[in-house]
Amino acid sequence: MLVQVLFYSFATILVAAGVGVILARNPVYAALCLVVCFFTSAVIWLLIEAEFLAIVLVLVYVGAVMVLFLFVVMMLDINVEELRRGLRRYALPGAVVTAVLIAEIVGVIVQRRLGLDVTRGAAPLPAGYSNAQELGVALFTRYAYAIEIAAILLLVAIIAAITLTMRRRPGLKLQNIAAQVAVRASERVRLVKMDAEPRS
Amino acid sequence: MITLGHLLTLSAVLFALSVAGIFINRRNVLLLLMCIELLLLAANFNFVAFSRYLGQLDGQIFVFFVLTVAAAESAIGLAILVVLFRERRSINVEDLNTLRG
Repeated sequence: MLVQVLFYSFATILVAAGVGVILARNPVYAALCLVVCFFTSAVIWLLIEAEFLAIVLVLVYVGAVMVLFLFVVMMLDINVEELRRGLRRYALPGAVVTAVLIAEIVGVIVQRRLGLDVTRGAAPLPAGYSNAQELGVALFTRYAYAIEIAAILLLVAIIAAITLTMRRRPGLKLQNIAAQVAVRASERVRLVKMDAEPRS
Repeated sequence: MITLGHLLTLSAVLFALSVAGIFINRRNVLLLLMCIELLLLAANFNFVAFSRYLGQLDGQIFVFFVLTVAAAESAIGLAILVVLFRERRSINVEDLNTLRG
């Protein structure tokens, strides 16, 4: 009963925050609503005992991706009003698409039941079950190659993001280290032979 | 007791909301990226729900990889967005007509 109350309250918050994301006037508010979405999703995943992914969602999404979003939102000087001009025009098709999509998917769930019993709860986990441990064992045995590919993908993403945003500003004064190292004493110091000045 | 139907319905609502968001905010690239994140979250919900209710862990591992790809996608997408803003001084989709698409 308590679980159900928690589920419904967090589901309500999640949907409300989702509405906030798509309707927020200010992109900063949209990003913050998205943070709320991720947090409440993490709580719901905790409720269905997917603990590791819930923590990962908070760490990776709220901790990294959303901070990146907020940085970019605040770095760009966006004219929000101009971007929102056509909002009313697209609100109606947006609402229609939402209604049709929800009706279709819920219809499939209720009517076809996906070949499953969608009205039962999950089987209780055995005592001493550790979600993180089970996931770790699977990731580093059966999915070892997949996780290495994921690691390479992240590396590629890092390099791509850096090379895309790095820029050479004109007029910037930089050291030319190769030229500095290659310089010879003979190019810099000129020894001049001259007679000593007579004492006056 | 939370049933599979509850979770699938919640994920369907979230998915439809983010699709509507793509319709409504179709000028603002930044909000489009946020809607894509929301859409991936809805998909991940389904993975976690099915994984838990079928008693198989593979769905949760797939969510792990979806998270990886989504993080890479948003990093590169935001980098492209920053470069775009530097070039054009705008992130309006309708200003991106260089290719006459």
